[in-house]
Amino acid sequence: MSHAKGFKKDYYGGTLMALVGLAAVMAGLQYHTGSLSHMGPGFFPVAVGALLAFVGVLIAVSARNDEPKEDKPSGHGHSHAAPDVRGTVCIVLGTLAFLLFGKYGGMIPATFAIVFISALGDRNNSIKQAFLLSIAMCVIAAVVFSWALQLQLPMFTWGA
Amino acid sequence: MVSNALHDLWFGFGVAFQGSNLMWSFFGVLVGNLIGVLPGMGALSAISILLPLTYVMHPVPAILMLAGIFYGSQYGGAIGAILLNLPSHPPHAVTCIDGYPMTKAGKGGTALGITMICSFFAASVGILVMIFASPLLTTIAFKFGPAEIFSIMLLGLLAGSTMSRGSPLKGVAMTLFGLLCGVVGTDVNTGTFRFALGIPELSDGLELVAIAMGLFGVADFILNVNRMTAVTSNAKLRIRDMRPSLAELKEAFWPMVRGTGVGTLFGAMPGTGPTITTFVAYALERKISKTPEKFGTGMIAGVAAPEASSHSKTQVDFIPTMSLGIPGDAVMALILGALMIQGIAPGPQLISDHPDIFWGLIASFWIGNVILMILNVPMIGVWVKLLQVPYRYLFPSAMFFIAVGVFSTQSSLFQIWEVLAFGLIGALLMYLEFSVAPILLGFVLGPMVEENFRRALLLSRGDLAVFVERPISCTFVVISALLLAGVTWSAWRNRGPKKTAIQVLESELAVNE
Repeated sequence: MSHAKGFKKDYYGGTLMALVGLAAVMAGLQYHTGSLSHMGPGFFPVAVGALLAFVGVLIAVSARNDEPKEDKPSGHGHSHAAPDVRGTVCIVLGTLAFLLFGKYGGMIPATFAIVFISALGDRNNSIKQAFLLSIAMCVIAAVVFSWALQLQLPMFTWGA
Repeated sequence: MVSNALHDLWFGFGVAFQGSNLMWSFFGVLVGNLIGVLPGMGALSAISILLPLTYVMHPVPAILMLAGIFYGSQYGGAIGAILLNLPSHPPHAVTCIDGYPMTKAGKGGTALGITMICSFFAASVGILVMIFASPLLTTIAFKFGPAEIFSIMLLGLLAGSTMSRGSPLKGVAMTLFGLLCGVVGTDVNTGTFRFALGIPELSDGLELVAIAMGLFGVADFILNVNRMTAVTSNAKLRIRDMRPSLAELKEAFWPMVRGTGVGTLFGAMPGTGPTITTFVAYALERKISKTPEKFGTGMIAGVAAPEASSHSKTQVDFIPTMSLGIPGDAVMALILGALMIQGIAPGPQLISDHPDIFWGLIASFWIGNVILMILNVPMIGVWVKLLQVPYRYLFPSAMFFIAVGVFSTQSSLFQIWEVLAFGLIGALLMYLEFSVAPILLGFVLGPMVEENFRRALLLSRGDLAVFVERPISCTFVVISALLLAGVTWSAWRNRGPKKTAIQVLESELAVNE
């Protein structure tokens, strides 16, 4: 992944922070702010939001003109490259599936879904490998979480 | 004073040697060590995944276990750094510079042996400092009013956001973002729901575990999936190789002592991250060495000093957390959160109210470090194998543990939405090169900061001068101001394109924690 010339992450990051700060100020103003000696619930969020907006502007302004850093995937933690689309989609879908099957299905289907779908996010996993990994996790879910730790999530259920 | 401390310590060993406490602390160091070895997993994700497990436990074993994970992972991290040139954890990145060349020269075992000896020495020094400094700090802390507490938290937050790594401004932004996250929920003074978006589940505020797992688990997976490079190692190790020769020990001794000193100093300062500590220790060694040009080719000093500093810092980090209730970094914030979940109010009264936790913890540090020493020698072969567990199996399994772990905190599926949201937020922020660890610090300290700020100003009838009129508070405010000035100055000075190798490495690692 290389970015178009002039793409400065700090510019977007700073703007994002400024927007979040402004949003917090707007939301905080809905509550009673009060005075310094008798602060209402809105005082602190407004103050912090304003500071955040200010810092965000500073970050955006100080986005330096230096060359955009080379994005290199490395073993050092994660890379600064944009995340992989397939991986991200699968992780998000897997989590959503856990939420859905956790409610309509129970722990075993939910476990299978989250592991299977997230595993498919990795391009090196075959369907068979993902399937085996999910089965293994279902066994762990049943033995460790349902039986040993008595988790309050039934193994199989329909709605709750 | 000394006999008092020894007496308390004796009591602590009694607590730590109790069957269940010993078992959980062993479990903690084992899991920590394991997680430390695994690439792409850190102490933070390990602690957040196991945090829900502690809800059903007694507070003492719960804290012993969580602390064990923390320092256990430090041992594990060094193994990957030295044998595979793979810093699974940023603090160990600097160990790679000299550790991996040693492995290539066939002296990987020696490097690991030296690392273990240094770690144990440094941890012991850190523990001793903790034994004597904490009660001392506590006596001062009892004089603290709301103004003092606010000022010291301000210092902690500022230090946490500016002194860690990466751009200080971005660190401050993240801390502020964390403070805002802490606002969500019911306002303690008036009972107003704030930022709850009309969702009743949010009235108790965001869930600490959900935020931690989102930011340090899911966000990491999103960024790492299909981006991790596979590693292979053909390093063969025998236990015999791990015993360093007398000459090597001599060579490592003074770097070890200096590293320990650096670590202790940085640990005592709230908010300084572990990575900056190891970098400073390494830079110091290179500066005072007679042969600085040899660094990077397998100098023992380049392994001994950073490893020692990271271990003494780990132990000393617990001082402000346990004696003031102010966490120094994100890991400490999590441990503090675990204490609060157990219904134990952190602060200066902790040592006298819950001596079993404090002294038991200290004693367990020693026991845990001995266990780690013993564990690591025969297990080293297993760890090397584990280093090669493919990421593609690791993260789907971890996703399941995260989902189930978060569910168990309140037996409700709602928190998983929070995990997902913070996972996406964290991934976006890390992509934009923000460091997310300060968010957690801000989140945990946020409610305390707000409450003390309000209380201090209520008492002073709205006069802001209260923060500088009281001497202790004034000291903290002045230190904060100096810190800000110093950071601004150094940022100004570094504007030019010239960067030293260490700074480049540092900025490259800036967002990895």
